[in-house]
Amino acid sequence: MDKMSIRMARNIILVFVVAFVALLAINYFHQQPEPNLKLEVLKNKYAIKDTASVDHSLFTSLQQKFTSPQEVTMACLECHNGTHKEIMASAHWNWERVSYIEGRGIKNIGKKNILNNFCIGAESNEQACAKCHIGFGMSDDQFDFENKKNVDCMVCHDNSELYIKGTSLAGYPDREVNLTEVAQHVGNPQKANCGACHFYSGGGNNVKHGDLEEGIIGCDREVDVHMTAGGMDMECTACHTTQNHDISGKLYSVSSNNVNRATCESCHSNTPHHEQLLNTHTAKVSCQACHIPTYAKVNSTKMNWKWSEAGRLENGLAFTEEDSLGNHTYMSIKGSFEWDKNIQPDYVWFNGNADHYLLGDTIDDSKIVTMNQLIGSHSDPESKIVPVKIHRGDQIYDKKYKMLIQPKLYSFDSGDSAYWVDFNWNDAAAAGMKRIGLPYSGEYGFVQTEMYWPINHMVAPKEQAVSCAECHNSTNSRLAGLDDFYMPGRDKHAILDKIGRYAIILALAGIFIHGFARFFQTSNWKKQQNWKPENKILKRQHGE
Amino acid sequence: MKKEYIYKRFERFWHWSQASLIMFLSLTGFEVHDSIHVFGFEKAVMYHRIAAYLLLALIVFAIFWHFTTGEWKQYIPSFKNLKAQIRYYTVGIFNKEGHPTRKTALQKLNPLQVLTYLSFKIVLIPLVVITGVLYMLHKQVDANSMVIIGKIPLDVIAIGHTFGAFMLITFLIVHVYMTTTGRTLTSNIKAMITGYEELEDVDEPETDKKVKKEKDSIAA
Repeated sequence: MDKMSIRMARNIILVFVVAFVALLAINYFHQQPEPNLKLEVLKNKYAIKDTASVDHSLFTSLQQKFTSPQEVTMACLECHNGTHKEIMASAHWNWERVSYIEGRGIKNIGKKNILNNFCIGAESNEQACAKCHIGFGMSDDQFDFENKKNVDCMVCHDNSELYIKGTSLAGYPDREVNLTEVAQHVGNPQKANCGACHFYSGGGNNVKHGDLEEGIIGCDREVDVHMTAGGMDMECTACHTTQNHDISGKLYSVSSNNVNRATCESCHSNTPHHEQLLNTHTAKVSCQACHIPTYAKVNSTKMNWKWSEAGRLENGLAFTEEDSLGNHTYMSIKGSFEWDKNIQPDYVWFNGNADHYLLGDTIDDSKIVTMNQLIGSHSDPESKIVPVKIHRGDQIYDKKYKMLIQPKLYSFDSGDSAYWVDFNWNDAAAAGMKRIGLPYSGEYGFVQTEMYWPINHMVAPKEQAVSCAECHNSTNSRLAGLDDFYMPGRDKHAILDKIGRYAIILALAGIFIHGFARFFQTSNWKKQQNWKPENKILKRQHGE
Repeated sequence: MKKEYIYKRFERFWHWSQASLIMFLSLTGFEVHDSIHVFGFEKAVMYHRIAAYLLLALIVFAIFWHFTTGEWKQYIPSFKNLKAQIRYYTVGIFNKEGHPTRKTALQKLNPLQVLTYLSFKIVLIPLVVITGVLYMLHKQVDANSMVIIGKIPLDVIAIGHTFGAFMLITFLIVHVYMTTTGRTLTSNIKAMITGYEELEDVDEPETDKKVKKEKDSIAA
């Protein structure tokens, strides 16, 4: 081979090598985003909806005219003959759980005896509050929790959407409900069943939670990716998995312990992302913190409730005021309210355990009283950052004994000490405290309170998840309030930054001065030597 | 006047890629620090990580090169002529005095450079590399592996890493300026690009003769 052809061959090989490397590079850098297989598996699994295996309308024992809801329950128990025992072991029935609170020991706590800063508490107001009890006839503290006839199967299992509980009927259904029709159309709980209580708690839609409201029934993907109508349209029980009527999941307004929780991780694992850097965040950051950028997306939620302003009357009559969205801003019986929509959550450390204000606890009335404290810190390996709604307000307390007061609010009749009828705080406080067996001094005031509601629903599409810089920045970080740890981008060591800046400025000043002096001296020296370019060469040649 | 081959091919590649990586890491690093805004936090973190891995790889090659070629001996500190060198930069340079030390392929660093680069290599770079690796591995998904690195507070790691970054930038500023103190303003930079530097002919002192002899014997 002559020289030419060698060179030719070399060039051809070179071209091939370059092209091959270029193709490899293009292939490597321009991959299609891979589908998240973990997510696809879940989508396939939950796309298949349960279908009822039996048609209850064909059972002869349900083909009768029911005149009382207890008759329906007894008909259910003919076949489901042990189920009432499961119900009677549940918190939905007992309104309390055995809980362990650090520093306090074992307590029976729950909806029955925990105060909140909405309608305050159920005791002495059962007739009204029991609208959300899965039983019939809880009109006072004498309810028989052992009587299986009083279990309300329909409120959770009605699929006809005809069943509603009556207002202030101690848990009995509305008198208009066609019980036979309901009994023949029962099935697994739907969103509307759970929502009947969990959407409207606190006296109206979305008053309490902020992330649980009627707006998630038939919602679009922007509101919640799991419950999208025409999408996955998952039911509550898909995540709140249930065994023997023991439903997983906790509401920390009344719960305390990190047991039997419904978690995102139980389906999605704690490494759900392709990007490893995001996965490492799951050690300290809850899924909800990034994937629920805002809550109360459809309807407003109550953010502030001032009981101290209750009792204003017009011509001796109670009245209500509304804002342009139809939210109550004032009610004579309850006080004044503030509402908000599309809210960016607050963030706290939380390890799944909570403390509560328990009846009889003394308070410091110069400070804001925390109704439920979510426990956690950066140093606790079990804690994660979770989004919360903080509901603030003021409520009645005993100025002398420094205790929060359980007032009697509801009564059908006037003259029964109920505030909502008689508008007399003193009588209401005395009656309520007498019922729970605590003293009342006769001096009441209003103390500021706050309550923490973890935000778990209204999961946004991934494109809307909180971006890195929304937390990792020093000016308006979402996590600005959590200052017990160092976060890149948000935190700086002020002195170090100052030292660093001065070091750079000193270096620049130093080279500027040195360079200037060199330049100045050189031109002086050139003048002295009568310097000319040709001299330079001469000098070089003479080895100067 | 003679042209001498001072900086080998790998040495120049190493120098310039290290220089550009350090500058890029400073840029992205100070974006992560929320001091400047160029790429956006998310991209800055990603680029910073990629560049960090490249730098780690480069350092592995550089260490290998230093030991296999014996170039590490260039960095054995000597206090001989150190005073003279300092005097040159603070006084002599203004009076057009000559460099007190001569540059050769076997002794390309003056005593002040040796000390500076040695501390760069064994203090500053290890500081930023070790704190950087700890920073990268600080958060783990698995609670079990969080135990060891997670025990070191992140602010301690971050302060060390940021301090190193400030020192690197300060070094860079002075280093670039010092390249102008060669025979001409650009001769040092040209040498680092081409490898060849025009060095002044001076009668070889005894030591240099000895060095030359050694060199000849190696060549032979």
